[in-house]
Amino acid sequence: MKTNLQIKEDFEILKNNNFAYLDTGATSQHPKSVLKAVHNYYTKYNANPYRGSYSLSVNATELYNNARHKVAQLINAKYDEEIIFTKNATESLNLIAYSYCLNNLTKNDEIVVSIMEHHSTIVPMQMVSKKTGAKLKYIYLNNDFQLDPNEIKQKITKNTKIVAISSASNVLGTLNDVQSIISYAHKMGAKVIVDISQSIAHIPFDVTKTDADFVVFSSHKMFGPMGVGVLYGKKEILECMPPFLMGGDMIEYVYEQDTTYAPLPNKFEAGTQNAGGVIGLGAAIDYINEIGYSNIIKIEKELTKYALAQLKKLKFVTLYCTSDAEKHSSVISFNINGVHPHDVASILDKHNVYIRSGNHCAQPLLRYLGIDSTCRVSLSIYNTKEDIDKLILALKKVYEIFKKYIKV
Amino acid sequence: MTNTNDIDNIYTDLIMEHSSNSPYMRNLDLPTCSLHGHNPNCGDDITLNLKIENNKIVDAAFVGHGCAISQSSTSIMIETLIGKTIDEAKEIVDIFINMIERKKLTPAQKKKLGNSVAFENISNMPARVKCALLSWRTLQNMLEEK
Ligand SMILES: Cc1ncc(COP(=O)(O)O)c(C=O)c1O
Ligand SMILES: [Zn+2]
Repeated sequence: MKTNLQIKEDFEILKNNNFAYLDTGATSQHPKSVLKAVHNYYTKYNANPYRGSYSLSVNATELYNNARHKVAQLINAKYDEEIIFTKNATESLNLIAYSYCLNNLTKNDEIVVSIMEHHSTIVPMQMVSKKTGAKLKYIYLNNDFQLDPNEIKQKITKNTKIVAISSASNVLGTLNDVQSIISYAHKMGAKVIVDISQSIAHIPFDVTKTDADFVVFSSHKMFGPMGVGVLYGKKEILECMPPFLMGGDMIEYVYEQDTTYAPLPNKFEAGTQNAGGVIGLGAAIDYINEIGYSNIIKIEKELTKYALAQLKKLKFVTLYCTSDAEKHSSVISFNINGVHPHDVASILDKHNVYIRSGNHCAQPLLRYLGIDSTCRVSLSIYNTKEDIDKLILALKKVYEIFKKYIKV
Repeated sequence: MTNTNDIDNIYTDLIMEHSSNSPYMRNLDLPTCSLHGHNPNCGDDITLNLKIENNKIVDAAFVGHGCAISQSSTSIMIETLIGKTIDEAKEIVDIFINMIERKKLTPAQKKKLGNSVAFENISNMPARVKCALLSWRTLQNMLEEK
């Protein structure tokens, strides 16, 4: 089993630089194998998939669809054609909103999302709500930064048609009990979208076991290239949905006034796709499998435990995370009392510690919590205790600069 | 990566004092004009209040919240501008923006900026330029109509 120090060796950007990269929640770094797969594709195999009858294009098509198969296996989808490639999780969510929700929701229906959803869920669902008249409702938190189980049962009702929930919060790091939400929502007759953007690089997800209707995530948060996203949808649902984008590759026959559409998955993949990126994603999945989820979990749990213990020693820090370690990912939000997170991040930058500060595309959550913004550390398998020590030292420096001015 | 010097040149006593204890962060009685400015990214949020009499800024103050840079930049801007005519204020706004855009300033121009010259090194911290410019852009919008 590889240790985090050995894993770090696979990431040239981390090996060759002296910074602590603590922002994997925004985007992850890439192991050599992913970069090599992309390079290999463009130097040996590049052609437009589906569009050529010569061997190069046939090979490109095969590589592209091999990657689809890897994604299907990773999340245990029954059929490869249930995997649709998009540009990112955001596009996947928009596809669901435009193609599924606008056509299936009406005035008396309800949409239920959690207050910890990313803007990429909230904003398209607001659009659906405004266009269809369906009511948009939120599941709020208990006082330990978890979704309140009573709220779940109160908000999801017989009128609920769609529920959107993230498996892990990109702000709080809370791991949601997706399984029980899906089971309950199904009992009420609703379909469920699960946003696994913040968990797929850390914890396995099984679409068959959980019975999720739709699942979305982005390649770039799981060691794959930017510009590729995934939408999983149950075959029988996807088959009934109209295409989202129209154009080449998604058609069967095109007449002057009419068109018949290609079968899944092509129906939802209009135009030339990011084949190099998709192949990179395939290599990223190989990398995750090589390290193994059980090892990933072990490494990240240990790092998170260490980081939390060190942060708790800093009396000037407030943490925003659940006390239940079993329900907490490797994302940690905090503030230095009385210091704005952007000032913290700028000073940490000077100490070669890279963290995220701001509202993390979750303004409704922060408003609900009554805070403007937070500092966020998000850990991955290539992080080390040394990174965390650097963070702690730099936070002490921030406090030194600010302490005589802080009014709390 | 930000250079150590830039950080030390930014988080100075002057700037920290103005961000935590600004004499200009208060309500202004009967302002003649008022404008709200914000940075959605940072959550910086200010409302600038001016009292203009006979083409002169006779008093100014602000309320708001946000990072140390946005708050101190607002406070020091007000300090620089009280007592100036509208035309002088417009000139100072242009000089400040030029400074942030790394244009070379003459010693006379620098002098006109007063303490606001403290933000010179913000141009080396691109992520924070918006914070320093928030109050100045807001003021620019206010003065355009004058
Ligand atoms: C939980 C969650 N959902 C969705 C997204 C959107 O991902 P992307 O920007 O790649 O579309 C993100 C990341 O920004 C996220 O953290
Ligand atoms: Zn700011």
